[in-house]
Amino acid sequence: MDKFTTLTAVAAPLPMINVDTDMIIPKQFLKTVERTGLAKGLFFELRQTPDGTPVPEFFMNQPQYKGAQILVAGDNFGCGSSREHAPWALLDYGIRCVIATSFADIFYNNCFQNGILPIKLPQEDVDKLMDDAKRGQNARVTVDLQNQEIKGPDGGTIKFEIDTHKKHCLLNGLDNIGLTLEKKSKIDNFESRQHGTQPWLYAQAGR
Amino acid sequence: MTAPRTLYDKIWDSHLVDIDGDGNGLIYIDLHLVHEVTSPQAFAGLKAAGRKVRRPDRTVAVPDHNVPTTPDRLTGKFLDEEARIQVETLDRNAREYGVHYYPMNDINQGIVHIVGPEQGYTQPGMTIVCGDSHTSTHGAFGSLAFGIGTSEVEHVLATQTLPQRKAKNMKINIDGELGPGVTAKDIILAIIGRIGTAGGTGYVMEYTGSAIRGLSMEGRMTVCNMSIEAGARAGLIAPDEKTFAYVQGKPHAPKGAAWEQALAWWKTLPTDDGAHYDTVVELKASEIAPHITWGTSPQDVAPITGVVPNPADIKEEPKRIALERALNYMGLKAGEKLEEVAIQRVFIGSCTNGRIEDLRAAAKVAKGRKVAAGVQAMVVPGSGLVKHQAEEEGLDKIFLEAGFEWREPGCSMCLAMNSDRLLPEERCASTSNRNFEGRQGARGRTHLMSPAMAVAAAVTGKLADVRKFS
Repeated sequence: MDKFTTLTAVAAPLPMINVDTDMIIPKQFLKTVERTGLAKGLFFELRQTPDGTPVPEFFMNQPQYKGAQILVAGDNFGCGSSREHAPWALLDYGIRCVIATSFADIFYNNCFQNGILPIKLPQEDVDKLMDDAKRGQNARVTVDLQNQEIKGPDGGTIKFEIDTHKKHCLLNGLDNIGLTLEKKSKIDNFESRQHGTQPWLYAQAGR
Repeated sequence: MTAPRTLYDKIWDSHLVDIDGDGNGLIYIDLHLVHEVTSPQAFAGLKAAGRKVRRPDRTVAVPDHNVPTTPDRLTGKFLDEEARIQVETLDRNAREYGVHYYPMNDINQGIVHIVGPEQGYTQPGMTIVCGDSHTSTHGAFGSLAFGIGTSEVEHVLATQTLPQRKAKNMKINIDGELGPGVTAKDIILAIIGRIGTAGGTGYVMEYTGSAIRGLSMEGRMTVCNMSIEAGARAGLIAPDEKTFAYVQGKPHAPKGAAWEQALAWWKTLPTDDGAHYDTVVELKASEIAPHITWGTSPQDVAPITGVVPNPADIKEEPKRIALERALNYMGLKAGEKLEEVAIQRVFIGSCTNGRIEDLRAAAKVAKGRKVAAGVQAMVVPGSGLVKHQAEEEGLDKIFLEAGFEWREPGCSMCLAMNSDRLLPEERCASTSNRNFEGRQGARGRTHLMSPAMAVAAAVTGKLADVRKFS
């Protein structure tokens, strides 16, 4: 997983609430056994009409948002399915940071597994950044994870909150499995304890 | 003496492997369910790192999302090459790592959330995860069950644990008796309508009250299944005699002395008197009507007797814009009566409503009636065992005589990964769980409802009130 430290990039606006995982990547793109190459399905049904004509006002079809790495969106971003294809598609397109007033739980966790920083902010801060994003290429935004702050194009600073452990893992690009395996003896101990108290969970061999 | 604890508190405490001073916990996972769509990258990651599955005996795999449901699947044929590769990848991974496995044409195959309970893997007090958001279904047994992403699937395969922070406790209490024609599906749609699709974010929701106690296990699974549609990490219902009776005798349930020992522990799980909930929501069962959705979010619900809402009544701009977009997508006009809306398709099935009780309720309305002209209706049993049971009871004949298609088990048109899908602008009465844009097929229009309501719509050719069918 790539580290996330500081990112300065164009921010793209997605002024919608309840952007669900089916909107982020529809199911026809889930039939893959790979994690990469999913940008082709990103916002597939939002960015084009059923006959394949690009929707001109959608950010992916506007030249000023080419290379955007930050997405600014409305309430409850990423609701719906557990599909990690949603953050994979965002990442494959180049998005490393999503800013919204709130996120759905599973999507939020999935972002951290992929080096994407989801930032929750109060409505007035998101409104401000949405205005900045609507200004396109002129509006480069800097996200500084170490100092937990966002600097807008006009020099204003917005602070954000983030869980200390998740921050540590993102800053260092740490693999969660590796970290957990360092606790192997604790897992072993848990299993021996549970084997004693709930032996029926240890009774059966594979089918 | 310890402080009174909720059911969730007790499951959390009994599965904590480690926790630091900031509340970053590591919990042990008792049961890991796996399907073909969200697991291939996890197994590939495991292999690349040279790791093994830590508890193959606690891992259960079954293909469900993109298996065909047409009869020709018995020949093993796939029309779709990518789907075939995913299913074969699961076959290979399941056998290589020695996990429990039910291949596509096994009688025990089905939707993973129907197979788990049916085979007795799902038990009270467990922690259960799956790379699928509707894992919340298993909360009906008083187990902490939630969906995870593929990276977390790999984490659980390798370590049998998951890093978690504890969620908050929410109680949703529903007392009283349900009116005629009102089902578990209507309860959960009413709840989501009340608290919204983000209302449960950050919470584990426990459903309590006499209306919940009165539900069968199948009904409780329907309620817990859609907890995720309210944004909750998980939904829970305290185990009771109905739960124990359902689990007892299932192939993978504990037996003999182990059963007695398990039962003694399960009985300690219900929430203690005086335990603290961070939020409490109350609904009256008698006030819940048969519900349907009219929009593109599960919170867009109304009683079947209602009308399509008017964007002009919404003050907040983002919500008004969302409503205008939803009505445009759904092809509906403000003020239109829901009972007047014509449908072209009907889907009965899914992990929400694909169990035997659902098919019985649907068959009861379908019996002696005919699917309306111009409507294509299908019934997709949730598992091979559900299909077999329904055929034993003659339900398949009732459906076929009424003009429904009778299919092989799978997720089917709930998410339309296989060829069961809506055409653009087709309108569907569906017993599934999501009415998102494009969910059942690009530009397709979904109305969520109970199985009985879906049959009422099928035979009327319009969204219909099941209370008028007796």
